Amino acid sequence: MSQQSEHQDRRDAYWNANKKIMFGCLIVWFVVSFGFGIILVEPLNNIPLFGYELGFWFAQQGAIYTFLILIFFYAWRMNKLDREHDVHEE
Amino acid sequence: MDLQTLTYLVVGFTFLIYIGIAVWSRAHSTGDFYVAGKGVHPVANGMATAADWMSAASFISMAGLIAFLGYDGSVYLMGWTGGYVLLALLLAPYLRKYGKFTVPSFIADRYYSRTARVVAVICLIFISFTYVAGQMRGVGIVFSRFLEVDILTGLLIGMGVVFIYAVLGGMKGITYTQVAQYCVLIFAYTVPAVFISIQLTGNPLPQLGLGSTVSGESMYLLDKLDMVVQDLGFGAYTDGSKAMIDVAAITLALMVGTAGLPHVIVRFFTVPKVSDARKSAGWALLFIALLYTTAPAVGAMARLNLIETIWPGEVAESQPLAYEDRPEWFRTWENTGLLDFTDNNGDGLIQYYNSDNPDFAPIAESKGWEGNELVVDRDIMVLANPEIANLPNWVIALIAAGGVAAALSTAAGLLLVISSAVSHDLVKNIIAPNMSDRGELLTGRIAAAVAIGVAGYLGYNPPGFVAQVVAFAFGLAAASLFPAIIMGIFSTRINREGAIAGMLTGLIFTFSYILYFKGIFITPIAANVPENWLFGISPEGIGVVGMLLNFGVAFTISRFTAAPPKHIRELIEDIRVPRGAGGAQAH
Repeated sequence: MSQQSEHQDRRDAYWNANKKIMFGCLIVWFVVSFGFGIILVEPLNNIPLFGYELGFWFAQQGAIYTFLILIFFYAWRMNKLDREHDVHEE
Repeated sequence: MDLQTLTYLVVGFTFLIYIGIAVWSRAHSTGDFYVAGKGVHPVANGMATAADWMSAASFISMAGLIAFLGYDGSVYLMGWTGGYVLLALLLAPYLRKYGKFTVPSFIADRYYSRTARVVAVICLIFISFTYVAGQMRGVGIVFSRFLEVDILTGLLIGMGVVFIYAVLGGMKGITYTQVAQYCVLIFAYTVPAVFISIQLTGNPLPQLGLGSTVSGESMYLLDKLDMVVQDLGFGAYTDGSKAMIDVAAITLALMVGTAGLPHVIVRFFTVPKVSDARKSAGWALLFIALLYTTAPAVGAMARLNLIETIWPGEVAESQPLAYEDRPEWFRTWENTGLLDFTDNNGDGLIQYYNSDNPDFAPIAESKGWEGNELVVDRDIMVLANPEIANLPNWVIALIAAGGVAAALSTAAGLLLVISSAVSHDLVKNIIAPNMSDRGELLTGRIAAAVAIGVAGYLGYNPPGFVAQVVAFAFGLAAASLFPAIIMGIFSTRINREGAIAGMLTGLIFTFSYILYFKGIFITPIAANVPENWLFGISPEGIGVVGMLLNFGVAFTISRFTAAPPKHIRELIEDIRVPRGAGGAQAH
């Protein structure tokens, strides 16, 4: 195998791993907002969370907290991936 | 000290800080002017992004919107925060790696085309100007209300301050002033919210107060609110009235639009590294979430406070407040026209209820009510909040400073992307490619000054559609720039022809649809009602359909035309890996 294509394979491996993490995060992003906050809001509203109805809580509070955790998780996970694949910044 | 003097002092003090920062952080090169020398710390950039992003509308209007929309207001909460997930995962790190100054530059390089650059500049200028007109208007209104100067004077003062730090400091000046402005605005927003939450529920955190019981009662705040609004003929606060598909479309259009707004994207060009760009999006959302999770509490609590003021006894059962006995803040805000009482049945009492609900009409009639007598502007929910809750004068002065900070910081960010699109993309790259760095810096400053003038003019003579620009700016960003950038990063096959056709399709479709129903320059062609909408999607959410069309057209055309040249494929491979982004430049 030539050095060129080996280099290309390594890049592809990094890119595919990145996409996997990204899609995972996007699924969570979709589920908490469009899933819990919009599509399933009525059934979830039958579940109380302190003084909130659960669906309403996701739409006005919970989705935002989840987004926040998601971004920090992604940043942390990608830094790790960058090192594993030796493409991190100096 | 009276309120007036106190407000002047507080606002004046914040202005001194902004100008001081501008002088300290003068721009010396185009790198400083466009992207702050790429040396901004990710936490500072997060704060600056938050201030950049949260406009007069977020600060003044959003809680009020939620107060009157209830669950339907969630589209703004999820839409305007969820966009940051897209930014962090799909855009920011790659655009930072690409490493040039503007959004149109990326589109021009990736699609190897001057036409693409021009199309991107047109999208950018249109989006940014519609947005900035609203900000200047916000500055004028805050000034005229709190400092009792007329709107023109207020506007001129605001323009003067922005001029000093945007023209002198460029991106560098704007970044550090935005950090200061964020601190002012978040303090001004949360202090009254904490007080009100304690008064109503005993819980100092508004986010938890919203889910708590009302002080001295066993009833939850939201249950009580649901009950009293329904007693007055309104829909339940925690239920929606919009169709699910429309709620989803608006939320997605706001998310994607956020991720496609040039003045937000360009903030991620200013950090030193790719990993900083990812982290910085998280910090930005943290600082934004402080306000965005407080806003629904402010909205619900202000609505309850208002209803309990008007209906001191059993809501809708006993008599409402007599107009004569109205509190002091009521009088103050009546003068501004934001509260308006008309005594329809001539009994001197304020009957506030929903007279648009046919099911409630018989009840109202049986009580001798002849229509709703109180019109409440939604902006009052934040602006009058401290007065309604009897908070000290310094808190009210703080609200004025916070409103001005929110409007100025957003205006400055927008003006900067307009000026860099003109000086860098149009003048340097198309009209006069041989210009020196100093010449380009001067052009940038002149463009910023002209843009401030135009924005001020639009703020003073709003073209009648300022209230509707949200649909425009977000829809267009979602339908034009966002897909072009995403495809540029994630596909190696999309070519020049596909991208240009896609952007134009998205832009023209979205623009026409909004025009068709809202008729901004023309009379609307069809009534803006759900029966007429395409798939039941309102003009606010139509950017999503524009985006899908953009993707579809770009893919189809690229399939049938030549693939991008080899050096473009190398460019794409290169932006996908973090190494080699280049460290911070001298500051």
